[in-house]
Amino acid sequence: MPTNILMPALSPTMEKGNLAKWLKKEGDTIKSGDIIAEIETDKATMEVEASDEGTLGKILVAEGTQDVAVNTPIAVILNDGEDASAMSAAKPAQQQKAAESAPPAAAKSEAPAPKEEKTAAPQAPAIDVAADPDIPEGTEMVTMTMREALRDAMAEEMRRDGDVFVMGEEVAEYQGAYKVTQGLLQEFGDKRVIDTPITEHGFAGLGTGAALAGLKPIVEFMTFNFAMQAIDQIINSAAKTHYMSGGQMTCPIVFRGPNGAASRVAAQHSQCYASWYAHVPGLRVVAPWSAADAKGLLKAAIRDPNPVIFLENEILYGQSFDVPEDPEFVLPIGKAKVERVGKDVTIVAFSIMVGKALQAAEELAKQGIDAEVINLRSLRPFDTETIVASVKKTNRLVSVEEGWPFAGIGSELAAIVMEHAFDWLDAPVKRVAGLDVPLPYAANLEKLALPQSSHIVEAARAVCNR
Amino acid sequence: MPAAKANSNTQTSDDQAPSTPLVEFSKEQDLSAYQTMLTIRRFEEKAGQMYGMGLIGGFCHLYIGQEAVVVGMQMALKKGDQVITGYRDHGHMIACEMDPKGVMAELTGRAHGYSKGKGGSMHMFSVEKGFYGGHGIVGAQVPLGTGLAFANRYRGNDNVTLAYFGDGAANQGQVYESFNMAELWKLPVVYVIENTRYAMGTSSTRSSAETNLSRRGISFKIPGEQVDGMDVRAVKAAGDKAVAWCRAGKGPFILEMLTYRYRGHSMSDPAKYRTREEVDKVRTTHDPIDMARARILEKKFATEEDLKKIDAGVRDLINEAAEFATHDPEPDPSELFTEIYR
Repeated sequence: MPTNILMPALSPTMEKGNLAKWLKKEGDTIKSGDIIAEIETDKATMEVEASDEGTLGKILVAEGTQDVAVNTPIAVILNDGEDASAMSAAKPAQQQKAAESAPPAAAKSEAPAPKEEKTAAPQAPAIDVAADPDIPEGTEMVTMTMREALRDAMAEEMRRDGDVFVMGEEVAEYQGAYKVTQGLLQEFGDKRVIDTPITEHGFAGLGTGAALAGLKPIVEFMTFNFAMQAIDQIINSAAKTHYMSGGQMTCPIVFRGPNGAASRVAAQHSQCYASWYAHVPGLRVVAPWSAADAKGLLKAAIRDPNPVIFLENEILYGQSFDVPEDPEFVLPIGKAKVERVGKDVTIVAFSIMVGKALQAAEELAKQGIDAEVINLRSLRPFDTETIVASVKKTNRLVSVEEGWPFAGIGSELAAIVMEHAFDWLDAPVKRVAGLDVPLPYAANLEKLALPQSSHIVEAARAVCNR
Repeated sequence: MPAAKANSNTQTSDDQAPSTPLVEFSKEQDLSAYQTMLTIRRFEEKAGQMYGMGLIGGFCHLYIGQEAVVVGMQMALKKGDQVITGYRDHGHMIACEMDPKGVMAELTGRAHGYSKGKGGSMHMFSVEKGFYGGHGIVGAQVPLGTGLAFANRYRGNDNVTLAYFGDGAANQGQVYESFNMAELWKLPVVYVIENTRYAMGTSSTRSSAETNLSRRGISFKIPGEQVDGMDVRAVKAAGDKAVAWCRAGKGPFILEMLTYRYRGHSMSDPAKYRTREEVDKVRTTHDPIDMARARILEKKFATEEDLKKIDAGVRDLINEAAEFATHDPEPDPSELFTEIYR
C-alpha cells in the first residue's frame, strides 16, 4: 500500500512550517535515509530524510508553501509494483493514528487534544488589549515576533554601548538554540557574542565577575531550568554584592532565557522560577508577555545597573505582536500594565498566562462578567499600586501563574491585597496555578497539570459568586 | 624547598613544571615585605583578641602563618591588576594597601568599615585598591576572578587578576569550569592555591585524590608550579613568572602555595585534627616572618634596633585601627535599606 510522508514536527513546540524545497521529484527512486525536502521552521531550515523506500509517487504540497501544519501528508511513496492508481488507498488513515488512539480510561474526560490547545494558544492580535500608557499615542508600530523583539533589543543596546556583550550556549555560531541571538555574531563579532562551554555555574560566575569589573553582560541560559546549576552565583554573588560592599560594587548583568513549560519536555525542563527569583532582594525580575513587553523591558534590563532576571517563554517566541518602531522605546521595570479594563473581577497574570487570562476574559464577557486583566511585566519590584487600585475597583482577585501554587506569586498577591485592600475584598482571593506535581510528559497529563483559560473562567466565576 | 619537605601530604612529582629559582631580595624589598607581613600578623592577632572580647561577631578566619603568600604575590602586581579571594581575606586586604582601620571597623560591624558594616569579615571590597572581595561561598571567587580577567581581555589592557583559593575549594566543580574557559579564551588570571593541608578539619590526603594541586590544570593545559609559600622571595619569584605569562597573553597559570595556617579554621575551631607538635614544628622552623627577620639581620639590611622600631610602628598602626574600630559608631538604622539596588 502506498505510504504517506507527513509534515514532521521538528521541535517540541513546532505546530507548522514552510515547505522550502523538494530535493526529489515525482518518479524518483527513494531509499531510506535520502534527503527528500527542506523544511523551514521559525528556528531553522531542516532537512527531511525518507524513512521509507520506493518511488516518489506524488508531491501533495508544492515547494514554497507556507504554514503547513504538522502531520499534513506532503507526498506519497509507492512501493515496488504499485502505481499511481493505488494512491487513493494511502489517504489519512495512518497519520491520524496517534491522535486518535484511545486515552487511558481514567483520563477519558480529558481526551488528549494537545494540538487543539496549542492552536488556541494566545495570539495577541486576535485579542484586543488596552492602550499602553508607556507608549505615547501616535507611535509608529511594527509587527514582529517575540523572538525578533528580543534580538532587536540586544542589537540596539550593543550598538549603543560597547560594554554590552552576550554569552551563553550556542548563542554565536549556532545563532541561538531558539534563534533569539540570530545575526548578532555577524554584526558584532566573536568578541561580543560568545559561545560558552556547557558550564552554567562557571559562565554565570564568570559573567558576574565581568559585571563586577564594570562590563554589562547578557548571559543567556538555554533555559532557566539549567540556571539551577548557577543559582549560587546569581544570588550570592550577583544579587548581594552591592549591599555587602556598602554600595561600592554594582553588578549590571542580565540573565535571560526561556522559563517554565515549553511543550512535552517533562519535569526537569519545564519549571517556572518566577517565585524563586522574585524572593531575592538585590535582583530585579521581569517576565514579558508581548513582543513590546519583551523589547521595552529587555532594553531597560540591559541599561539597569542591577542584576536582572529576564524570564522568557519558549511558546511565545514565535508569536507576533505590535511593537513601537522607535529604537529609544524602553519600558519601566516595576510597572504592571492593565491589558483589559473591567469592573467585576481583577485577573493578575504574567508571561504566557496573560494570553490565557485575556482569553478567559473574552469568555467571561459572554457570560456577563467584565474582567480586568493585569499583565504584571515585573515581579520584583512588584507593582502593588496598580493591583491594589484595580482590586479597590473590582473587589475581587484571581491570580494566574504557570508555576506551583505553594509559596508562589499568587500567594504573594493574596498577602498584598490582604495587607493593602482587605476591606475592599468581597470574596477570598483565588489562585490559579500549575498543579503541585512535577510536570508530566504525557500530553493529557501535561494539559491537566497546567492552567488553562477554562480554569481562569471557573475561578473568576467563583469569586463573583456565579 | 623547606616547606615542601615539611608538607608530608604533598608529593612532588617529576612531570610538574620546575619550580622558579628564588631571587634574593634587595634591602628595600626585604624590609618592606617584612613590615607588611608583620602588619598582617599583628592585625590578625588583634582581631583574635577582639573576637574574644566580643567586639567581633560571626565567623572570623585568621591568616596567621600564610602572610608570605599575599605579600610576595602583591609584589608581582602593577596598578590596575585585581585581587579576589575567599573568606580568609584580611591578609589580602592589607597586602592590597587597604586601610587597617577600615578593615577592622568592618570586623566590628561599624559605620566606617569598608562595607559600612554590612559585609563583615568575609565580605569587603576596595575597587580603588583593586580588591574585589572577600567572598563567603567556597570556590565562588574562582569564576568571579576569571570574569575579572575576562574584562581585562575584553578591554584590551594588560592587567592580570589573582584569584586565590584554598586546598578545599580546589575540589569545587566551578573551579574546573573556570580553568576550562580561562585556558580556552587565554584569560590573564593566576590561580593562587593556598594549600594549608587542611580544608577546615579535613586533611588534603583525606579529601583529594591528587594532592599535588599544581597538577590540577593539566587536563586544561594550564601550567602549574608548587611554591614554598613560607618564603616570600620564592612566592615573589613564582608570582613574577606567572604574572608575566598572563600579561603576555599566554592564558592562565596555577601557583600552588605550600603554606600553613597556625590558627584553627575559624575562631571556634579547636583544631583537634592535627597535633600541637605539627603546628609548633612549622612555627619554629618555617615561620615566614621569623625567616625574613633572620635574613635581614644576617645580611645586615637592618639592626635589631631598626627592626624594633618597625615592630613598634606596626603595633601602633594596629592599636590605632583597633581603637578606631572599637569607637566608631554602628551603622545608622537607615542604612538597612540602602544599597540593595543602585
